[in-house]
Amino acid sequence: MDFGIFAVLAQDGVTNGAVYALLAMALVLVFSVTRIIFLPQGEFIGFGALTVAALQSSQFPRLIWLLIGIGVLTFLVELGSALRQRRYKPLPRRLLMWSVIENLIYPSFIWLLAHTFDWQGMPMAVQILFTLAITVPLGIMIYRVAFQPMAEASVLVLLIVSVGVHFALLGMGLFIFGPEGSTTHPFTDWSTALGEMPVSGQSVVVMAVAGSLIGLLYLFFDRTLYGKALRATAVNRKGAQLVGIGTSQAGRMAFGLAAGLGTLAGTLIAPLNTVGYDTGFVVALKGFVAAIVGGLASYPLAAAGALLVGLLESYSSYWASAYKEVIVFTLIIPVLAWRSLTSGHGDEE
Amino acid sequence: MKMSTKKLQWLMFGWFFVFPFLPVPGYWITIGNYIGLYSIVALGLVLLTGIGGLTSFGQAAFVGLGAYTTAYLSTTLGWSPWVGLGAGLVVSGLAAALIGSVTVRLSGHFLPLATIAWGLSLYYLFGTIEFLGKYDGLSGIPALSVFGIDLSSPRVMYGVIWLCLGGCLMLVLNLLNSRPGRAIRALAKGKTMPEAMGIHTAQYKILIFVLAALMASLSGWLYAHLQRSVSATPFGLHMGIEYLFMAVVGGVGHVWGAILGAVVMTGLKSQLQDLLPLLLGSNGNFEIVVFGVMIVLLLLWSRDGLWPWVASVWAKFHPPEPEVVAPAIAPDGYSDLPRRARPQAGALILEVSDARKQFGGLVAVKDMAFEIRAGEVVGLIGPNGAGKSTMFNLVTGVLPATSGEIRFCGERIDQLDSRHIVRMGIGRSFQHVHLIPQLSVLENVAMGAHLRGRSSPLAAALRLDRHEEARLLFLAAEQIRRVGLGEYMHTPAGSLALGQQRILEIARALCTDPTLLLLDEPAAGLRLKEKEALADLIRQLKGEGMSVLLVEHDMDFVMGLTDRLVVMEFGSKIAEGLPAEIQNNEAVLAAYLGGVE
Repeated sequence: MDFGIFAVLAQDGVTNGAVYALLAMALVLVFSVTRIIFLPQGEFIGFGALTVAALQSSQFPRLIWLLIGIGVLTFLVELGSALRQRRYKPLPRRLLMWSVIENLIYPSFIWLLAHTFDWQGMPMAVQILFTLAITVPLGIMIYRVAFQPMAEASVLVLLIVSVGVHFALLGMGLFIFGPEGSTTHPFTDWSTALGEMPVSGQSVVVMAVAGSLIGLLYLFFDRTLYGKALRATAVNRKGAQLVGIGTSQAGRMAFGLAAGLGTLAGTLIAPLNTVGYDTGFVVALKGFVAAIVGGLASYPLAAAGALLVGLLESYSSYWASAYKEVIVFTLIIPVLAWRSLTSGHGDEE
Repeated sequence: MKMSTKKLQWLMFGWFFVFPFLPVPGYWITIGNYIGLYSIVALGLVLLTGIGGLTSFGQAAFVGLGAYTTAYLSTTLGWSPWVGLGAGLVVSGLAAALIGSVTVRLSGHFLPLATIAWGLSLYYLFGTIEFLGKYDGLSGIPALSVFGIDLSSPRVMYGVIWLCLGGCLMLVLNLLNSRPGRAIRALAKGKTMPEAMGIHTAQYKILIFVLAALMASLSGWLYAHLQRSVSATPFGLHMGIEYLFMAVVGGVGHVWGAILGAVVMTGLKSQLQDLLPLLLGSNGNFEIVVFGVMIVLLLLWSRDGLWPWVASVWAKFHPPEPEVVAPAIAPDGYSDLPRRARPQAGALILEVSDARKQFGGLVAVKDMAFEIRAGEVVGLIGPNGAGKSTMFNLVTGVLPATSGEIRFCGERIDQLDSRHIVRMGIGRSFQHVHLIPQLSVLENVAMGAHLRGRSSPLAAALRLDRHEEARLLFLAAEQIRRVGLGEYMHTPAGSLALGQQRILEIARALCTDPTLLLLDEPAAGLRLKEKEALADLIRQLKGEGMSVLLVEHDMDFVMGLTDRLVVMEFGSKIAEGLPAEIQNNEAVLAAYLGGVE
């Protein structure tokens, strides 16, 4: 293998690793705030990529129907819980009004927007923003409907609910987008060379976007009160509740962020890869491997793990392409063995 | 919660044996075959997840290992399927032991994640290896035959599959109702409690992981010879998830829930696959949407699955009877149970010298020194945060000491873990009770008798342990009567009052045959009457020659009860003496009430 191939593979690996890093961050975030292992992350990758693809081919983004449907469901759940508590406290009118706006009016507004404008001609950044405007509320609503009522359940129960949601969204994805995958337009045709190594504009965009998002997340968690509240919830739910941090809000926030990061990851890979409704699961699982390297707790370690996964995948596809997936997923065993040997003391509930 | 629904269970099971003799269409037999195959895997998951508290999404991969092993051996090499069975079990067992030993020491959620990854990587491996036929798989697998009798017809295979399931069920039920079974049940409560009973938690975790894998492998072997061909698809992650669904839907904490879950899920799936395309058109995979939504709804409604609900309906008509009963009179060989030699009254048994525990820069216990003599009741008291609990953890081996020495009956214990310390004769209770709420008082107390028996899991599964089991149960029952809980013998431990639960823990500790009993804040949160009952019990034990170390901060409680008090503040001993002296000790008063400036 000469240096040229080595460099190209490295570039590929780092580019993919950057995407895995985004996914790993979202997974760490959701797990630490809610103790939920967010398997449906993968579906958002597909939702993001396919919705942008639909906008670019001037089709109606049918994901909006899902948004409207789950919006109605969320409203009914909130109305139901308000009515059930009527015996103890007056009907929370303000809350219900907000619920109407968030879950009924907002989706209709998005529907209207989708019909009003010609999205095909818009710049890609705007198309991606519009896609986010669909998927982020979707993530929040999913938390509200499926997870919030059992936020105190064990990690296992939450994990199984997570699998249930994954199945439901996967099936809906097939219904909405059909079995075929799509690609989106490239971000840019620009390319350059670093010494002997050709550098594609696509890789630069992916790395820049992923890098700046990771930076933003860092600032958010380190510098803003809201970010600190999320971290407090991650450390101790009860304690956070006692000092007035709404853990339900924190959960919704985490899901919204995770859905957004998943969507962005989807749009970042879509110009180079054909993304189908079910592509995301395996991609998200690689993010999982990265997150596990970080022990589901540390953002920098998870990012490092993501780069490792990306590079490993890239080089193993050169030497042993048939075994690419086997190698990436088997990586987890030595990593866990190493963690097991270094962590010393075991669990305590 | 625990109900004897034996009749219902065997009724349900018996029905499945009558079923193939009825003139039912072949399609139903096929469904029945799959229910049997899935039940075997789900049964392993109940043992692993519901009872042992470890979750695996990777069982389908073990099914695949069993299926591919026999497929390869019986086609490419032309060996007998029975060799394939053995080889498959060995391969899966070894793989599970390897994965298990890597992951069991990590905290809960790593194992499920590791199994997801490992399930995927084996799936891809099945699909890429040349000699396993890549994604086409292997075909032309011979049918089973025994003594020349051909077992290839689906109706006959139905019998074989359900016999295997029945066998597994019997072994698992036997195992759970035994000494190793109680150790497995204790695993779900974390690590501290079972280790304090002398249970080697890591070994038992690996054991149930291997057992679940063996059952999955058996199911895979049956599958390969039923289907006569294998390919990678049915061993992928989605199937692994479905197995877990079955166990959870049926009731993951209940052995019979595995079968119920397999019946419900398989039946529903086959119905949905027929029905939904008619209703909604064929452009979608609606059954997984319905599945997904269903599982969320089910968990919202009942986190324990369907079986507890079925059992409670049944129990209305057939009142439950206790499943585990101690023999009424001492069984043969009861007097041969090993008993520890009692030290002479007044002999030095516990000797703490310069014990220190540091957490980073914080010195939680600072050069503590005290001793306990046989037959004494000593109180270790001090205000909140004085380091009493850390001191307790040092003596019981939950934490190793940073420096200094702790000797028990002359031997150093400061670096031993709790599993070894209980072996030497230090029994303990917990400040926050650690019980298995749905098990009876008797079964909970019998956990303490773990070290008094030696029957292996295999012996237990084959019912070769009944003599020893009778002795252990009688021993547990004796301790329950000794502490005065005799009338609650068969009550679920979770329904006792807190005071009674604390006393139950003392009975459990007594089962370990301790020379020294350590009680961690036994009076915390108790009502006055409960405190009095507890104090009476401790006096009674002292009368029987037991030595007791009480860690408490309830001054009134320890004053009338102890021979001697050791007072701690900020990690150090500030006073030691008779209760009456301590009551008037200036340093102690200052520590408790604030200094008089």
